[in-house]
Amino acid sequence: MSKTNDDNKPISAKKFMKYFRSYQKGSISRRHFLGVTGLGTAMTIMGTAIPSLWSGKAHAFPDLGDRLVFSTWPNYWNQVNLDEFSELTGVHIQVNAFGSNEEMLAKLQAGGTGWDVFVPTNYTISNYVALDLIEELDLSRIPNYDAAANNPKFAGPATVNGKVYCVPKNWGTTGFIVNTKKIKSKPKSWKDFFDVTMGKGSGHTIVHDYQLTTIGAALCALGYSFNSIDAKELAEAEALLIKSKPHLFAITSDYQPGMRSGDAWMSICWNGDGTQLNNDLPEMEYVIATDGGEIWSDFYAIPKGAPHLDAAYAFINYMQDPYIQARDAVVHGYAPTDARAIALQPDSLGNDPILHPAAELMNGLEFGAAQTLTDPIRAEVIARFKSA
Amino acid sequence: MGAGSKPNQWLTVALLTPTSIWFLFLLILPLIVILVFSFGERAAVGGYAGGFTFEQYGNLPSRLKAFQNTMLIAPLGTLLSLIVAYPLAYYLALRVSRRFKLLLLVLVIVPFWTSLLVRTYAWIFILGGRGIPTLLEFIGIEGVRLINTPGAVLVGIVYGYLPLMVFPIFVSLEKLDKSLLEASSDLGGSPFKTFMQITLPLSMPGIATGCMLVFILLMGEFLIPAFLGGGKVFFIGNALVDLFLQSRNWPFGAAVSVTLVVIMLITVSLYMRMMMRSKTGRDESLM
Repeated sequence: MSKTNDDNKPISAKKFMKYFRSYQKGSISRRHFLGVTGLGTAMTIMGTAIPSLWSGKAHAFPDLGDRLVFSTWPNYWNQVNLDEFSELTGVHIQVNAFGSNEEMLAKLQAGGTGWDVFVPTNYTISNYVALDLIEELDLSRIPNYDAAANNPKFAGPATVNGKVYCVPKNWGTTGFIVNTKKIKSKPKSWKDFFDVTMGKGSGHTIVHDYQLTTIGAALCALGYSFNSIDAKELAEAEALLIKSKPHLFAITSDYQPGMRSGDAWMSICWNGDGTQLNNDLPEMEYVIATDGGEIWSDFYAIPKGAPHLDAAYAFINYMQDPYIQARDAVVHGYAPTDARAIALQPDSLGNDPILHPAAELMNGLEFGAAQTLTDPIRAEVIARFKSA
Repeated sequence: MGAGSKPNQWLTVALLTPTSIWFLFLLILPLIVILVFSFGERAAVGGYAGGFTFEQYGNLPSRLKAFQNTMLIAPLGTLLSLIVAYPLAYYLALRVSRRFKLLLLVLVIVPFWTSLLVRTYAWIFILGGRGIPTLLEFIGIEGVRLINTPGAVLVGIVYGYLPLMVFPIFVSLEKLDKSLLEASSDLGGSPFKTFMQITLPLSMPGIATGCMLVFILLMGEFLIPAFLGGGKVFFIGNALVDLFLQSRNWPFGAAVSVTLVVIMLITVSLYMRMMMRSKTGRDESLM
């Protein structure tokens, strides 16, 4: 595996993105794109990693079907990977992008989603297990997954009561992004974030349409835990959010368009989006707040009743390939949890301070707590804030 | 019913059965479910947990703003659509030669071939900072914010709902007996007077239908405010989406739905009564 990759020096992220954008726009051909980016050898690599994929034609997978429904987060996949999987297996992938884990939970609770693979965040998994909404994984069908290569800090939530329900995808932090051309005061904390929002930056802030991060940010600004479910603390957080609402540009988890157009100057932000924005617009600065915030890991999981189970396993296995993981990360910017994939990353990503912040910066960060997902007060606080 | 039931009675039954089934299973039963749910409680992890309480209805004031926004913007959007649609329908029905009429009608429909979602998304870029505001900067008007305002939502509404308003008005104007217009001018009526006394009253059925179509749909609208209001111009439809798809509070969502249905029934029946009255108040020969 790694031997093959030595012949295939990863190019810089910037250059890759440049070619990738050109390819997306259609100004260079797929062949040209694969050639210059060194991705043309991916097929060979796949063959080495997954012998069963070697033959590469649909007939080699009699049971995979022709469809897979994949539910994930915005800006969180490399289309090249998905296209290649489709080309190799004949399985067409339908992608759904979600704004919050609660939205995913609501769909799964209502039933009949038709999803095959989804991407839950650490704090949701024990809930999904308790609600019987998630398949226990047969790891023998995911040979590319290497538990030893994954940092247990991030991979841990996949195991509930000794059973493995998912495999890790990426990890990251939740902070905020600042357009430093517009906001010069260098906000460092969530307190600063809300002060600037209600002060000089009025009308130009985005908060997520997501209880965990938006309520969490307000809680941190008030000096409470990101994960609080205390009624009094949540009431204060709600008051702060409602007070800031007239000063917001938008409440949405799809904040890149607003930041890119210059309408928004500041937004709650996941660090990979921070990298994506910073790569294109250097004035975009990602900040891990000094008064707290979130550290998280995401996973690939299969919901109960997935209609295309075999395709789901094949897809997860494909996505666990270190090379594919690295190629995914080049586009979305989030750090893989898998040491094998990190080793393949170009230095520009491997040493990126946004993706791999210094440990002391992350001291104040908390993993989302399971009870926040189903807490009725948090659910109502975010809903009331939005309709206020 | 006797032994001599005619075959066309069977035909009537056969033709009505699908509609009846549709109504029963897709309208009546869901409404009953919603009504029952609205008196229940939220389950610990979300969803519905049974019970009988008025708590959900007691919580309605927390969504007052969303009701207000809807009750304000839906009629306003309907009125704006009417103002924009009427001249267009008038032109299409009375001023365009036969040759171009079909082409122009097709042009009104063409946007419907693309999903409203995609078309509304396009408006995000048109109204966003790099769209119209940048153009305005060129002519010296700076700092204009269009996106995520009630104005943006209204633009989206007029754009999205225009065909629904144009067609009923077009049809009623198209049917209009042109000799009445000639008679009016022969008798010395000014064009304005002719319009006010003949064209407008005769197109009232189209106006009434168009307004009702647009208004009813707008009361449940959530996509346009979500996209062009950025979550800041919040309709009751958005509150419902939230309650079912995020906070998973089905009973409260059901209570909000029931309230919305009741408000709609009241407004629409008042509206229809008003329309009926204005009809009977006029010279029957014209209607």
